[in-house]
Amino acid sequence: MIAAWRNPAGGEEYAFAFDRGRTQRLLVLPALFDEANKTRHLMTQVMRRLDEAGVDSFLPDLPGCNESLASLQEQTLESWREASHAAARYFRANRVLTIRAGALLAPSSLPGWRYAPTGGANALRTLLRARTLSAREAGRSESTESLLEQGLEEGLELAGYRLGPAMIRQLHAAGLPEGDALADITQDMIGGSGLWMRAEPDFDAAQADALAAIVATGME
Amino acid sequence: MDISTGLPETEAVLRNILCDVLGLDQEQVAGFTADTGLFGQLPELDSMAVAGLLTEMEDRLGIVIEDDEIDGDMLETYGALLAFAERKREEG
Repeated sequence: MIAAWRNPAGGEEYAFAFDRGRTQRLLVLPALFDEANKTRHLMTQVMRRLDEAGVDSFLPDLPGCNESLASLQEQTLESWREASHAAARYFRANRVLTIRAGALLAPSSLPGWRYAPTGGANALRTLLRARTLSAREAGRSESTESLLEQGLEEGLELAGYRLGPAMIRQLHAAGLPEGDALADITQDMIGGSGLWMRAEPDFDAAQADALAAIVATGME
Repeated sequence: MDISTGLPETEAVLRNILCDVLGLDQEQVAGFTADTGLFGQLPELDSMAVAGLLTEMEDRLGIVIEDDEIDGDMLETYGALLAFAERKREEG
């Protein structure tokens, strides 16, 4: 269930994994930041269903997140991309499934799927806005524009994530990349509403069934 | 559909977004009236959830919401939020 792998910086990272040495091996790249928490239950339940369908799958911790000992502030989209490549190699993945802005980290060598993909600029805008809203509730005045400037220069704490300036810069510049070898899975194909949008973390077994079915069929 | 713009009516889009963010079904949200309280009455909607709601409104309604347009009144009731969305869409 819990596997360890080496990140490119030489440190050890964990992954939630179902590895029975099977030939169908799926790397799962999580949504980023707050959305990762809101979609984690869904992802782990999709992986359980894939396990029953004969597919091995691996959901790596991104360096600086979850149990990682790496410094989040030093991470960039580039370092996370390298980590995704390293995890893909380590687990010998032959397909990838990305969630939301996890699409930005997909190793170019793997075919697979992007679930409800979104770009970095969109993700950053929501995080900046959440911060200005909570500042306002606390009686402080912050603007997304000045926060962005500050973030590009010295980094910024957003939704509890301490991000360095290089990460802010790369998110700001990152639109949704071309899918190339990846097929997009839209929320319409899954049914219900996207769990990353919910005010509170939630779960929907029917969505896990639908997502697992699309991936399992495509892995054959 | 709105005949003059060819776009889905703002109200239908907004109700769908609220379904998604609040995790309610269509029926519950169909019961919302102009006076239905939103964010003053729903403490579980933290700043992250409100930010997500505003980003969804931008994406699905094709509008851009500036910092200084966001205030407590606009988020207080369903009617106020709808009026805001309709006005932004007319400004186009």
